Amino acid sequence: MARVAAVTGNEAVAEALRQINPDVCAAYPITPQTELMQRFAAFVSNGKVDTELILVESEHSAMSACIGAAAAGGRVATATCGPGLALMWEMLYVASGMRLPIVMAVVNRSLSAPLNIHGDHSDAMGARDSGWIQLWSENAQEAYDNTIQAFRIAENMNIRLPAMVCMDGFIISHSIGRIEYLEDEPVRSFVGEYQPLNPLLDLDNPKSYGPLILTDQYHEYKRAQHEVMTRVKDVVLAVAAEFEKVSGRRYGLFESYRLDDAEIGLVILNSAAGTAKDVVDSFRERGIRAGLLKPRLFRPFPYEEVAQALKGLKAVAVLDRADSFGGYGPVFMEVCSALYPLAERPVVINKIYGLGGRDFLPQHAEEVLAELEEIARTGKVRVAKEYIGVRE
Amino acid sequence: MSAKGWRELPPGAVILDAGNARELRTGTWRTTSRPVWEEENCSQCLLCWLYCPDMAVIVKDGKMVGIDYDYCKGCGICALECPGKKGRKAITMEEERK
Amino acid sequence: MATEQLKLRELAKKEVLITSGHRLCAGCGAPIIAKMVLLAAADYPVVACSPTGCLEVSTCISDYTAWKVPWIHSAFENAGATLSGVETMYRALKKKGKIDKEVKFIAIGGDGGTYDIGLQSLSGAMERGHDLLYVCYDNGAYMNTGIQRSSATPLGADTTTSPAGSVIPGKLQRRKDLTRIMAAHNIPYAAQASPSHWSDFIRKVRKALSIKGPKFINVISPCNRGWRSRLDDAIQLSRLAVQTCYWPLYEVEDGVVRVTYKPREKKPIEEFLKPQGRFKHLFTPENEWIVKRFQEDVDREWERLQKEESLYT
Repeated sequence: MARVAAVTGNEAVAEALRQINPDVCAAYPITPQTELMQRFAAFVSNGKVDTELILVESEHSAMSACIGAAAAGGRVATATCGPGLALMWEMLYVASGMRLPIVMAVVNRSLSAPLNIHGDHSDAMGARDSGWIQLWSENAQEAYDNTIQAFRIAENMNIRLPAMVCMDGFIISHSIGRIEYLEDEPVRSFVGEYQPLNPLLDLDNPKSYGPLILTDQYHEYKRAQHEVMTRVKDVVLAVAAEFEKVSGRRYGLFESYRLDDAEIGLVILNSAAGTAKDVVDSFRERGIRAGLLKPRLFRPFPYEEVAQALKGLKAVAVLDRADSFGGYGPVFMEVCSALYPLAERPVVINKIYGLGGRDFLPQHAEEVLAELEEIARTGKVRVAKEYIGVRE
Repeated sequence: MSAKGWRELPPGAVILDAGNARELRTGTWRTTSRPVWEEENCSQCLLCWLYCPDMAVIVKDGKMVGIDYDYCKGCGICALECPGKKGRKAITMEEERK
Repeated sequence: MATEQLKLRELAKKEVLITSGHRLCAGCGAPIIAKMVLLAAADYPVVACSPTGCLEVSTCISDYTAWKVPWIHSAFENAGATLSGVETMYRALKKKGKIDKEVKFIAIGGDGGTYDIGLQSLSGAMERGHDLLYVCYDNGAYMNTGIQRSSATPLGADTTTSPAGSVIPGKLQRRKDLTRIMAAHNIPYAAQASPSHWSDFIRKVRKALSIKGPKFINVISPCNRGWRSRLDDAIQLSRLAVQTCYWPLYEVEDGVVRVTYKPREKKPIEEFLKPQGRFKHLFTPENEWIVKRFQEDVDREWERLQKEESLYT
């Protein structure tokens, strides 16, 4: 059934979008996302999709046009990265506040200055409070699968929230990997016909979108938005279960890799998790009980589930490919929040790695795991937060 | 103002009841003066209807029939622009009677 | 006059699709303009869009909306892009047979959201050729935030960020000519209008709506708070703006310029400036030069416009 191909991450997500055939896409070129929408534009030009493509003059307008299109009453997708996502920042909150199920591929890229076009997670982490659902992807296969599932999650009538699907810039977006595509028909029936909610184009029932809400109601609107986020986990799991039936591939809220009896573990997002898993294997071969947790659903963050998965460990290192300058890395803060309610919890340390596309090498994972071994043995922490792979 | 709890709010703050602003009686904003219409001086030019920023000039079957004080904010554009008849204005501003 | 009366009587039979109960100030020009636009469009189904601004915050607040047509506001700087999205979804759904009506898309925004922060988004929408009409109600400052200067603020105006002080006599720069900038996009229709000349204005809106593609109409919109004028003179001041040729009425259709109203006698600019408190400081000996320069600017632009028109007649 499956078509096996060797493709880039951008190509894989473009293929998912072709199969889903959204009504409207609005996009603006930015490295390393450009190739994704370029490929999709070719589908449009060659009649492979019915999508109306809006080639806007900025990412702010891309998201604004997506908001207009989604409010109008149809399926909408876009893609961006790094500074483009940063430019959208204001409109991200509008999309979620209006409860518009826009799906956006985020090809993770660093933020300026200094200018850098390579992969890190500063962009999506900067958008983590914007009310968007975030799914993170280790490789092209996961980016493809997450894109298909994202539409179902976002468009669920109990959710109606925008969702971003993250994959690492260049490392995944531009390197060729093996992927199993689903056939078009199963994807289309999995995603299903778009169900509009309060479409602006329902001319017989005029609606007003975007009122001014003052102190008497704004707080309540935000409370309601928080409530919707609490429903997302269940929907993500239900969609994943259905997706498994179609694809044979299993997804959860995160991936637990050799965690069950682990004493030390890494928490790490996206492509670097692939490298780190190999290192975990080599530690296991040496009889060291190492494991790894790779978050998939970062917003909303599955605190209880992550706590359950990590509670038996002695020491955990959270590796962040983004920094909160003057604070800890964003994944570290979430993992600590998850673990804090436990009576007994592992020691947790934070490593910042791979900013601006700096390679994350097996030796980096080895060094961190060795440090965790030491912590597990002695209970002593040398330093809570530290940059790794950095020249002194 | 509404005192709705968070569970009662419409998703995305979308307002479904088009034109329900008419529930807000902005006529209470008038302070010093109100327009008064004298039919006999009215040429039925309808400029008052067209120029009223508050849609507070009542027109029925294409004819001006009065001023809706529930909404009139008392700006006086209608009176200033009124051409009237034979040099007499059909709309003049008079002291607001509370 | 007789034909105008007849037309108004016809117009008055249409439902006004913006209602009473909005919270714009007494005597504001913006709702008059919105009303005229919607009356002109009354024969079509319309979807409207506004950027953040006076009109937007006052017509759609809390649980209440004054709009009887579908309407969307998403932010300040993006009405062009937001409405582009709506219009594109319309085309997408129409192509798929999910909608069959002939819908018109109209944005109505103030000068802050149009000349300044929204210019890029507007320019993009115009260049991409969306089938929409953008109407700017130009009151010449950021009135919603409390009368700060914008690129539409005229020379010499006293605003809260260009206050007439002892050293600097108000705004030192001329206003941007947005209508020409829009016409320079080579869109099929760009025009300038005034609510005082309602028949000209409504005709322009109707003409714009009959043309496929992006259209732009710039409308002068007196604001008695910001202009520090009388509560009742919005129409009178917009008329003086036209009669002094500060705000010429013209249209550019497929590049062809046509002046749609020529005052029999061009009034001196002082007649427009004097009733407005924002220009009060100009009428002192030390600031005379500003009024002089203002008049020269108006004269030069009026000359240029007529010359441009003569190229086509």
